[in-house]
Amino acid sequence: MNFWYFLTALTLLSALMVVLSKNPIHSVLYLVFTFFCISGHYVLLNAQFLMAVNIVVYAGAIMVLFLFVIMMMDLRKNMPDSKNTLTKLAGAILGGTLLVIMVAATRKMDLSGDATIANYSSQTGMVESLGKILYRDYVLPFELVSVLFFVAMVGAVMLGKREAGERNF
Amino acid sequence: MEITSTLFTAKAIYVGVIFAITLGVAAYSTYFERIIAAFMQDRVGPDRAGPFGILQPLADAVKMFMKEDFIPSQSSKWLFIVAPCLSMLTALMTSAVVPFGDKLDLGGDVFLDLQGIDVNIGILWVFGIVSLGVYGILIGGWASNNKYSLLGAIRAASQNISYELAMGLSIIAILMLSGSLSTKTIVETQQNGHWNILYQPLGFVIFIVCAFAECNRTPFDLPECETELIGGYHTEYSSMKLGFYLFSEYINMFISGAVMATLYFGGYDYPGYEFVLDKFGMNIAALLGVGALIGKALIFVFIFMWVRWTLPRFRYDQLMGLGWTGLIPLSMFNVVLTGATMLFTVNGEGSNWMTVLLSWAGVAVMLVVTAFYSQSQYKKKKLATA
Repeated sequence: MNFWYFLTALTLLSALMVVLSKNPIHSVLYLVFTFFCISGHYVLLNAQFLMAVNIVVYAGAIMVLFLFVIMMMDLRKNMPDSKNTLTKLAGAILGGTLLVIMVAATRKMDLSGDATIANYSSQTGMVESLGKILYRDYVLPFELVSVLFFVAMVGAVMLGKREAGERNF
Repeated sequence: MEITSTLFTAKAIYVGVIFAITLGVAAYSTYFERIIAAFMQDRVGPDRAGPFGILQPLADAVKMFMKEDFIPSQSSKWLFIVAPCLSMLTALMTSAVVPFGDKLDLGGDVFLDLQGIDVNIGILWVFGIVSLGVYGILIGGWASNNKYSLLGAIRAASQNISYELAMGLSIIAILMLSGSLSTKTIVETQQNGHWNILYQPLGFVIFIVCAFAECNRTPFDLPECETELIGGYHTEYSSMKLGFYLFSEYINMFISGAVMATLYFGGYDYPGYEFVLDKFGMNIAALLGVGALIGKALIFVFIFMWVRWTLPRFRYDQLMGLGWTGLIPLSMFNVVLTGATMLFTVNGEGSNWMTVLLSWAGVAVMLVVTAFYSQSQYKKKKLATA
């Protein structure tokens, strides 16, 4: 439990630093660190597979591409303009809505239910049980998501591969 | 309480020993790299420090520590210091899930697994740490505030991400064969000579090429390509920080050799295991297994050096072309081929030998078809240009 508090504090702190740090590179590095903390939470929840996939996909691939793009930009020239009132307002409304939704969801949550030590299974978060659920109970959504990914990939290739003198779309 | 404390001490000693072996192998890899280079180029090589120059790594370490530690004035200082440490950290973390041997009997019903941690996601752990390895280079290159360093870092990032895909796909074929993500289980399914290399010739070739790219070794050492980029990502580094970068490359070589031995060459399995088990007992057999695994890893380290002094460096677009249009389609073909060959063993009608035969036959058919296809394309192109 103490470890959970420590990890949560670390997560929140690094997530805050993502927003607060002036240098975009530092923001990305703090974000990577936040992903590590979240992976730590997954381990505490006995979900090793999620932890590994989170690190491989987010910290290992997506964040490297983020860093890649930010390093390619000339930061001194392309500094984002200071936010005007409208964007600040929009951000506040969006963030507030998310907060309200999360508070409502937390209040609705039933913590007294099945989660007792007696019917706790140590295999819950393991990759075998996850695979069984994913491919038995949720086959259709899973396959649909992969189709969605495929469509997005084809779209990205279409957009990226613009040949000289012609429009592909 | 007694058992846990014995086990804890034993595990701590084991981790320390693996750490020492890794560092020792990495240090002596630098020496043997020079010896092999000297042999291939008909030179003498290092022979001054000690008999046959075997104290050369020590002399190098002293030199590295004594040199001036320079930090460029416009650089981002903390990241500049952190980057080589990150490289070293990620290089050393992979060995946690490599099973270096079977169990040791410590007496009193205490058995020590000769593996850092046996998590059931073992191979994903390796994959995750490998994908993090690029951060050290990326951050170091950016923090140096030098255009050449930045270019090297960006090359490293795109190269690692491109080759990770093919590497992951070639691992999937292994997972299909062994039915588990745990490295221990992968090794156990390969005992008694059922090494995965027999079933996965194509997968192994893809994996070793990707390992070269992930370790930034020649012919894929574009991030530190000195003819184009001075020194690449470590242009601004000096003293032991540079030493850390070079050292982590050698550690990566050793560990990726150990991973390849684990995945494709039976891990700690060796011919005559049963005989040794009967004659000398469990501990001797397990320790010989550790020796077998390290020996296999060292053979791979030698292959890394051999290739370095044999092949010239790729051009950058060739590197990307090989990764995206060569290795990824090949590894997808490998997944399909593995599925097809497994039909024989899963239904229990054929024998293992049929699977082996079919895997090699599939590769042969693939090679012949590709050769004919590329020949016809070549002829077409020739006709078009003539």
